[in-house]
Amino acid sequence: MIKAAINYLSDPLYSFTLFIILFVLAMKRMDIVGTKKFGLALLIGVLAIFGWMVTDPVFFSVISLPDNIPIIILNGLVFWSTWYALYRGHQNDLRIAAGEQPIEGTPENREKVWAWPNLVYTELFCGILCTIFLIVWAIFFKAPLEEPANPTWAPNPAKAPWYFLGLQEMLVYFDPWMAGVVLPGFIIVGLIAIPFIDINPKGNGYYTFKERKFAIAGFLFGWLALWVYLIQVGTFLRGPNWTFYGPFEYWDFHKVVAENNVNLSEYFWIKMLNVGLPKNIFLREIVGIIFMGLYCVASVPFITKKWGYKYLPRMGAIRYYLMVFLLLGMALLPLKMYLRWFFTLKYIVAMPEFELNL
Amino acid sequence: MSEGFAKKVANTQVWKAIFRHGPPNNARNRAAVVAGNVFLHLHPIKLKKSGVQLGYTWCMGGLTFFVFLALTVTGVLLMFYYRPTAEYAFTDIIGLREHVPLGIMRELHRWGAHLMVITVWIHMFRVFMTGSYKPPREFNWGVGVVLLILTMLLSFTGYLLPWDQLAIWAITVGSNMAKATPFAGHGGPGAALAKIGDFVMVSDKNDVRFQLLGGRFVGEAALLRFYILHCVFIPLVVAILIAVHFWRVRKDGGISAPL
Repeated sequence: MIKAAINYLSDPLYSFTLFIILFVLAMKRMDIVGTKKFGLALLIGVLAIFGWMVTDPVFFSVISLPDNIPIIILNGLVFWSTWYALYRGHQNDLRIAAGEQPIEGTPENREKVWAWPNLVYTELFCGILCTIFLIVWAIFFKAPLEEPANPTWAPNPAKAPWYFLGLQEMLVYFDPWMAGVVLPGFIIVGLIAIPFIDINPKGNGYYTFKERKFAIAGFLFGWLALWVYLIQVGTFLRGPNWTFYGPFEYWDFHKVVAENNVNLSEYFWIKMLNVGLPKNIFLREIVGIIFMGLYCVASVPFITKKWGYKYLPRMGAIRYYLMVFLLLGMALLPLKMYLRWFFTLKYIVAMPEFELNL
Repeated sequence: MSEGFAKKVANTQVWKAIFRHGPPNNARNRAAVVAGNVFLHLHPIKLKKSGVQLGYTWCMGGLTFFVFLALTVTGVLLMFYYRPTAEYAFTDIIGLREHVPLGIMRELHRWGAHLMVITVWIHMFRVFMTGSYKPPREFNWGVGVVLLILTMLLSFTGYLLPWDQLAIWAITVGSNMAKATPFAGHGGPGAALAKIGDFVMVSDKNDVRFQLLGGRFVGEAALLRFYILHCVFIPLVVAILIAVHFWRVRKDGGISAPL
């Protein structure tokens, strides 16, 4: 019963929404999240839930595949690193509020120490631990080797390597040119642009949260919700035909999910106006074009008026509008996800004649 | 006796030719051991105490580099047993299991590759959370992003080499994305416009996917190209950028700390 509920709620529609809610709550209650108590509770909670889930044979058979072990390791490290960074940030925020230096800035920590032996021995220690870890991993889990390559028979599902599964999951919502080229391009450009957009001098060289809340929230959302989360979905919840399966659900080839996705142009002309689709390509897609125009261009002054006016003078026009552009690009993914889930919308703009579907 | 013997050895011309300084048990020699060693001179002689604390840096950057070295060693060993042709690739991988006693080099290599992707991601995360991309480290953050992409490409190009169903179809999924590149992929927007008269400039015989695979399908040409990219080209580029990355850490003020 509980497992059936978890299977149901794991659907991206519910789990993504739940994730966002938890994310917002966490950002608002850093005074709770940034404590050791929370970290300990999170650790115990995650281990307990995972330990219980692993007793299910279906779930165990999926996660025990050798190629899925790295994702479990990634998950563990992400849980720890996210909490620990926020914890350190919160500690420093308390110190700064009390008029003290962050921990990294105390006279003791500013003191210079010799690289030999301090740094060199630390590196040696980490190197040895890493070697042991890799050898144990290599002994316990054999590298997978399936049937010889056969171009005429595709396994179902055929999955990209796990670190690209986030992009493959995006293919549910976007055509390949967006999910495979444009959005990754945005990710790369956005990452490289971060130091040139973020002109906040605070938080340089120490953990903090309060002093750079916006930057951290934005980065964490992109990293956790739009990357790590999508990898989980792509790895553990997508089976044959890229159909959704709950974590305890057997990957049945015969599961059929009725999907009647509709383009925005069809909504407008056929469902609303009750006429056939116009022959002219641009006239047919006029609503989608207007929508994207509003989204990419007209929304900017609105955003500036409501929120950005605080930043524009300090940042300058180029930085500011580049930031807004990148944020809109980032927001396009969840927007498209929800349009798909709630309106079964396939394309905002559908121009298959030009292979231009968005 | 043993102590005297050690002293005698340390006083020989051979020893002094190799180790130009005394043991690093005083300030001068601690500086000399770092500054005078080709490997250790990547390190600063002295650094802020916070920079040496695992709680601050998590050592993720160092671990990524260490795993890269481990992958290089295991990769070279694997090259002795592997031929990048459709005829031999799969059987050579089988052979690793049956002919090489205690052979876990392939496991070390594969899991190391996955671990490297993980550590490079966590490293980026740590650097972001400590604001270590801010001036004067903006450029080094950019170099780091490029290294991140190259790490994933290293793993991706290696994924094909076992030449099994997992390999060929994972790469097919990935390379089909390249097919949809705007203007440069025959399945992407804009390709239809790249036309001079009846001559199509972007087709499935010459677009970026074709260039990447050396053909229209993931086949033997793709296997060879991925092998060279994986074993030679990308590692060389990564090594150069790692040198730049480390150098900029040193020149941009060392491990970041409050101003």
